[in-house]
Amino acid sequence: MAVTGLLLIAFLLMHMFGNFKMFLGEEAFNHYAGWLKGETPDGGILYPILPAGAFIWVFRSVLVLAVILHIYSAVTLWMRAKAATPSAYKARKALAQTYSARTMRWGGVILAGVLIFHLAQFTVHSALTAGSFGATYAHSPYKMFVGEFQQWWMVVIYAVWMLAVAMHLRHGFWSAFATLGANTSPKAFRVLNACAWAIAILLYIGFIFAPVAVLVGWIH
Amino acid sequence: MNITLRVWRQANAQSEGRMVTYQVRDVSEDMSFLEMLDLLNEDLTIKGEEPVAFDHDCREGICGTCGVVINGTAHGRGNSPVATTTCQLHMRSFSDGAVIDVEPWRAGSFPVIKDLVVNRSAFDRIIQAGGYVSVNTGSAPDAHANAVNKRKADRAFDAATCIGCGACVAACPNHSGMLFTAAKITHLAMLPQGQPERGLRIKKMVSAHDEEGFGGCTNIGECAAVCPKEIPLDVIGQLNRDLISSLFSRDGK
Repeated sequence: MAVTGLLLIAFLLMHMFGNFKMFLGEEAFNHYAGWLKGETPDGGILYPILPAGAFIWVFRSVLVLAVILHIYSAVTLWMRAKAATPSAYKARKALAQTYSARTMRWGGVILAGVLIFHLAQFTVHSALTAGSFGATYAHSPYKMFVGEFQQWWMVVIYAVWMLAVAMHLRHGFWSAFATLGANTSPKAFRVLNACAWAIAILLYIGFIFAPVAVLVGWIH
Repeated sequence: MNITLRVWRQANAQSEGRMVTYQVRDVSEDMSFLEMLDLLNEDLTIKGEEPVAFDHDCREGICGTCGVVINGTAHGRGNSPVATTTCQLHMRSFSDGAVIDVEPWRAGSFPVIKDLVVNRSAFDRIIQAGGYVSVNTGSAPDAHANAVNKRKADRAFDAATCIGCGACVAACPNHSGMLFTAAKITHLAMLPQGQPERGLRIKKMVSAHDEEGFGGCTNIGECAAVCPKEIPLDVIGQLNRDLISSLFSRDGK
């Protein structure tokens, strides 16, 4: 749970940083997108150790495996909690739990659902809502990004989704470090929680920045 | 003061339970919560009804025998200004005319025996699995032969204040017994006497905890919030740290 979660957070940080290439113009963004997939003349990442275009599949395999193991751990914990709960309290009042902590499980299910849409939209290109990758966007990831986020409601969907992601990470980040044994004093708790908030806010602002810039016409 | 109680009544482990409403009159605000239940039981006995069964012993907050969920929080922590056991919670924490819900600890590993009494033997079995130090017989070692770091000694003493009441399990959304297990792990891990069995102890105790059917810890923090002895959440961090390092040792393999 903790290790796969931290791996996915590391990926999100990289993904967010990559999205900032949108501000450097179409050529820079498309070159970056192509380089990740080994489509650039230099053969992309780890070429010639790996054949051109092979690294992206190694990378994707690791991510998919991390997501599967993360879900597997979550389901196991969920089942154990269900088995340990014979009947619910008639009255129950929470004293310490945060909204983020309480919504980890159903929140995770919702995150996974929107993730499938996100991949269908921007990776597989089968769920594009404002055009088609080949025709309207002329095979340009930059044009696709702009075209999709010029729809205000698409920005709203992603703003809400990223809020759910940020909340999931706020509890997940500190919880992962607690599971790995880093939370051994009240001070460690404060530091971990502060870092969790910082990562969550950074990722939220970082991810929503480019779509909002498209919406207001800064990127076009 | 007069209060309305809604109490969980369950004749035995097999029967279905339900909430039953009772009026309790002339309650003194200086009564403890258990004395208020005594008052109710006197009344029920006079009426010829079955009194409400609840666990209690020392009534001074140090034995860990008592414990019920009051208004949705273990030991009534939500009504008390300070960390408390049920016996040390006083009726002045409630207002006149209050409606108070009283339920037993609910967890698969703590089956209800009767009314508010639950079987907490699962905790005993976790302790039996490894919550001890083995000491050879012979002459006593010299006093101060083993110097203990002050910070670690304090941490051991703080963790050792756990009275095993089970409030952590009752409050946990996963019904995990991690705070209890971790308190004993931390207590013994901080002391020189606990070192020889440290790696083996954690493997045995965590296995026993899981075999008893407790849920897994997801670092929510409800346990530490209701703990009458204020065992901090970071003892679970210590448990996790020791568990990970024990996986690299050959203890128990």
